[in-house]
Amino acid sequence: MADDKEREGPDITVAEFHKKIKDAFEVFDHEANNTVDVREIGTIIRSLGCCPSEGELHDLIAEVEEEEPTGYIRFEKFLPVMTEVLLERRYRPIPEDILLRAFEVLDPSKRGFLLKEELIKYMTEEGEPFSQEEMEEMLSAAIDPESNSVHYKDYIAMMVIDES
Amino acid sequence: MGSGTSTQHHFAFQNAEKAFKAAALIQRWYRRYMARLEMRRHCTWRIFQSIEYAGQQDQVKLHDFFSYLVDHFTPSSNHERDFLDRMFTEDRFPQDSEMEKFGDYESIEVPDNYTGPRLSFPLLPDHATALVEAFRLKQQLHARYVLNLLHETRKHLIQLPNINRVSTCYSEEITVCGDLHGQLDDLIFIFHKNGLPSPERAYVFNGDFVDRGKDSVEILMVLFAFMLVYPKEFHLNRGNHEDHLVNLRYGFTKEVMHKYKTHGKKILKILKDVFCWLPLATLVDEKVLILHGGVSDMTDLDLLAKLDRHKIVSTMRHKTRKENGKQVKKEEANQKSSAGRPTPWFLPQSRSLPASPLRLGSLQAHRAGRSSSIPCGAPRDAKELARQVRRSVDLELDRCRQQAGFPVSWGEEEASPCTPEADSGAQEPLEPTQEEWRQVVDILWSDPMAQEGCKANTVRGGGCYFGPNVTERLLQKYNLQFLIRSHECKPEGYEFCHSRKVLTIFSASNYYEVGSNRGAYVKLGPALTPYIVQYQANKVTHMLTMRQRISRVEESALRALREKLFAHSSDLLGEFKKHDADKTGLITLSDWAEAVESVLHLGLPWRMLRPQLVNSSTDNTLEYKSWLEDLAKEQLNRENIQSSLLETLYRNRSNLETIFRIIDSDHSGFISLDEFRHTWKLFSSHMNINITDDCICDLARSIDFNKDGHIDINEFLEAFRLVEQSCSEGNASDCPQTTNTNDNGCSKPGTH
Repeated sequence: MADDKEREGPDITVAEFHKKIKDAFEVFDHEANNTVDVREIGTIIRSLGCCPSEGELHDLIAEVEEEEPTGYIRFEKFLPVMTEVLLERRYRPIPEDILLRAFEVLDPSKRGFLLKEELIKYMTEEGEPFSQEEMEEMLSAAIDPESNSVHYKDYIAMMVIDES
Repeated sequence: MGSGTSTQHHFAFQNAEKAFKAAALIQRWYRRYMARLEMRRHCTWRIFQSIEYAGQQDQVKLHDFFSYLVDHFTPSSNHERDFLDRMFTEDRFPQDSEMEKFGDYESIEVPDNYTGPRLSFPLLPDHATALVEAFRLKQQLHARYVLNLLHETRKHLIQLPNINRVSTCYSEEITVCGDLHGQLDDLIFIFHKNGLPSPERAYVFNGDFVDRGKDSVEILMVLFAFMLVYPKEFHLNRGNHEDHLVNLRYGFTKEVMHKYKTHGKKILKILKDVFCWLPLATLVDEKVLILHGGVSDMTDLDLLAKLDRHKIVSTMRHKTRKENGKQVKKEEANQKSSAGRPTPWFLPQSRSLPASPLRLGSLQAHRAGRSSSIPCGAPRDAKELARQVRRSVDLELDRCRQQAGFPVSWGEEEASPCTPEADSGAQEPLEPTQEEWRQVVDILWSDPMAQEGCKANTVRGGGCYFGPNVTERLLQKYNLQFLIRSHECKPEGYEFCHSRKVLTIFSASNYYEVGSNRGAYVKLGPALTPYIVQYQANKVTHMLTMRQRISRVEESALRALREKLFAHSSDLLGEFKKHDADKTGLITLSDWAEAVESVLHLGLPWRMLRPQLVNSSTDNTLEYKSWLEDLAKEQLNRENIQSSLLETLYRNRSNLETIFRIIDSDHSGFISLDEFRHTWKLFSSHMNINITDDCICDLARSIDFNKDGHIDINEFLEAFRLVEQSCSEGNASDCPQTTNTNDNGCSKPGTH
């Protein structure tokens, strides 16, 4: 998490961020030439503690891409942009209670769960729709096979534990 | 009602908007969750790879150490000479009559109550199929049949060329499989899914059949059986693990001795020979070159086709010793100064050698002229260079000797003359030339890289990294279409690179851990278009979600990593202290990452891994001493064994085991206390480990539980493992007691 608060001052923080960003970037720099495939940028940004929407992500990519997109993002372009993002604490992650409320919006009768078909409908037709792969992966973990539904409160709790 | 409808619409619209937003929020959150999983998966992969390669480097260093001693150590007493003789003398290729003796299976009786598979020669397809089935049922092939099969295999291999040529005219499709590493399940799966070998179904297995997995023996039996049954359609390439020295470390030797207690030695001996008779490459339709590792900018297929591959017993050392013992050893020790002999290429990399400007200068200049892997080859002014090298090597030799407690003896080395061979330039008949050896090392050890060029493969310690231009040049030079190689584990079981001119194929699924990767094989038809089939030979993984799969593998990787961290506790403490000038006992997490990397040199993204390795402290600092203590607690109970000694042994565990197996040349499982002490002294002096002699004596004596002057290697290592296991479970009573009755530089075990 981008929580390296300024015990020692803003310069140190920037240096800290730089190292973090570098580490994350290098994980995907398979050719060791300071570039990553543009398709991995989302993963990198999200693992640095940010939670952008797809739209925000596309905007960010546009900022770090070359004028003539090559399919690769160079570290030199990525670093300053990402540092700004971290300094400004943009794209903060979603607190648990907000997430819960989102699920409750989709479950107006307050049953405490969503049926599999309902989840599929919302995730693939609303918002920034899931791909089929994304949907399948979510279902595999979220759906309780006996009731064919997702008890979202438990689901959220489980996912949160996983993170820590 | 009019206004009602519009209000309804309004609400409906609002609700729809809310739902839209809610969905978007959930998706956003979920995508971030998945991204973090993905990052963890990549990090885990990196951990496994770096540990694996670091292990390989150790292996290389270890054998460099032995080479070095073999080449330079002139024992000063008969006792040392005998000891080293036994330790380092490798049998030369046994003459045919000897080989007959070793392959002498006819005298071996198969008991009546043996229910395993029986073989008769010449083998029929049914035999091979029955063998697969028997192994699937977990039966073991009797040693007699093993030896018989190996004997026949050797006879067959001898007739094969270095580069096998196969054509898709005869069998319409060819299936190429990569590393199996003793994982029989994967082989059985491949035959099940793709079909058994037959005249219509050709197979090429691209090396690394053995080591690591638990069924290397069975894999070899099956592969050799099918090769004998379908000699025209079934082909094997040698991998870097088809090498008795590598096997000592990576488990194959252990597996053989464990499964064949009586005849294991014979089996290993003939296997050593069989391995060097394996072909080096396979060429399909003169267009697709299949070899285990890769190529270098110096790869010469004509040379490779012509050389005597049998001479290259192991790619770990350049040469092997002759059988004539002491006299020859002296001669060879002095042949270092002769032209055409290699300069010890490991010298610049070895930590323990002094930075002699004289030596480094000459080697560096030499290195600059070549782009490829190992910086040896005929030096311009061979004699002068060799003399320089020898001088500085002698200095180092003395240092080692002194540290090990052996007297310095200059006189003996200088006196002996060079052999005439040096001037004639002719090579001994039984040794490969430097060039030949290097050519083979390159094709068995190299890895592709994305950048152009060709550079030494420092990660593996042998072979090179070759770029797209190297591939392109080679393909053009020999009019080839593409290369198929193995040698590297890939998450999907395969990977294209160099604009699809190089295909890596890896057939051991779940190589690092259950769920870590898929295996794959590739099929080629007459059009030579590669068709890949992937699999994962473990039903369990299919049922797990990605999250669970990643967690399992990750946990395994982290455990391995924590072990490594523990093994370097003292160094880490030293490094941490450097960041803690004010002696507060605290360092920042950033310092932690730096310190850890500078000690372990694994090139891992430590900041990404930090949350898994360090309990987060809210104020971004770490109490490093207690962190190290927690690591230790996790690994073992410190009460019973002196911790720094144990830590050292722990770190060198696999090295120790390898050394033991080398010393125990008759594979009896026993070494004498003296041998143990001698070896440890030499080893620790070379590796810069500071353990006093008395500590070692005490340890050795305490290991010798029955006090007969011999250490049962297996018991020692088992006891060691038991210590980790039982102590981490809190069973203090199971820990062997190390009694340090004299305080000779060892601190007494602390009470906790």
